[in-house]
Amino acid sequence: MSTPYPRDGGVPILRLGDVLVTGLLNELDDKSAVAFTDELTERIVADSARGVLIDISRLELIDSFVARTLMELTTMARLLGARVIVAGMRPAVAITLVELGLRLTGVETALNAEAGLVALGWQRMPQPSGEAPRVSLR
Amino acid sequence: MSLYDEQLTRGAGARGSEAPGASTYEVVTEEDLLTIRHAVRSATVEAGFGLVDQTRIVTAASELARNAYIHGGGGSLTVELVRDGARTGLRLTMRDEGPGIPDLEAALTDGYTTGAGLGHGLGGARRLMHEFAVDSDAGEGTTVVATRWNGR
Repeated sequence: MSTPYPRDGGVPILRLGDVLVTGLLNELDDKSAVAFTDELTERIVADSARGVLIDISRLELIDSFVARTLMELTTMARLLGARVIVAGMRPAVAITLVELGLRLTGVETALNAEAGLVALGWQRMPQPSGEAPRVSLR
Repeated sequence: MSLYDEQLTRGAGARGSEAPGASTYEVVTEEDLLTIRHAVRSATVEAGFGLVDQTRIVTAASELARNAYIHGGGGSLTVELVRDGARTGLRLTMRDEGPGIPDLEAALTDGYTTGAGLGHGLGGARRLMHEFAVDSDAGEGTTVVATRWNGR
């Protein structure tokens, strides 16, 4: 059984239906990257996940090692039947990645976590109707 | 880990023993790679670089430090503020005592790798900086000097 918070200071992996939602923090050292890959692939299998959303809006740097981790993770997840979307890349990181010559081939991206979840089949909550505003439900 | 402790101490108080505005950091353990990213980030902020340039320089430093760690058996990175007339810049000097780079042209080509990376480290770091020089002889180690100027 995987424990909820096995990685030191990492972002927990949440399950929403058949989608796993997690993120990467600004610091991703090599050990954390390997631990993250291990835990996520285990959770994909344990939770029979069909989709994975990785929020990277806090990630301040993607060097070739992190890029390689994301590409490998995407491939592993696909082999396990899950689709990965990496969401929320910072503009400065995108510019730097391209200049570095890294295209994250095969890694699907989304502008932000919400767009990523929509791409994975999650819908916005329906708006409450005018007759029954949310306040009146309290 | 005495080496790590020593490196932290040096990182904090390196300025006294070197040229003004220069600090040297050891790359011996994986944790040092993180320390270097922090130190270089602070230096870019201090030098007045914008966010995109900060990211470029920290990424380049990360690639160079990783190269030295993986291929050079560790080394040291000197970070210094440089001035040329009115403009300022940041210079990274990465030294290692490793086996050297036998084929520099190949090492600067994208996709060329002898390690666990993507083969974009050296060539990529060169594209992220304005000036880039590699001095490497087989058996003599490798020195990379990379500079990025502000407001160019």
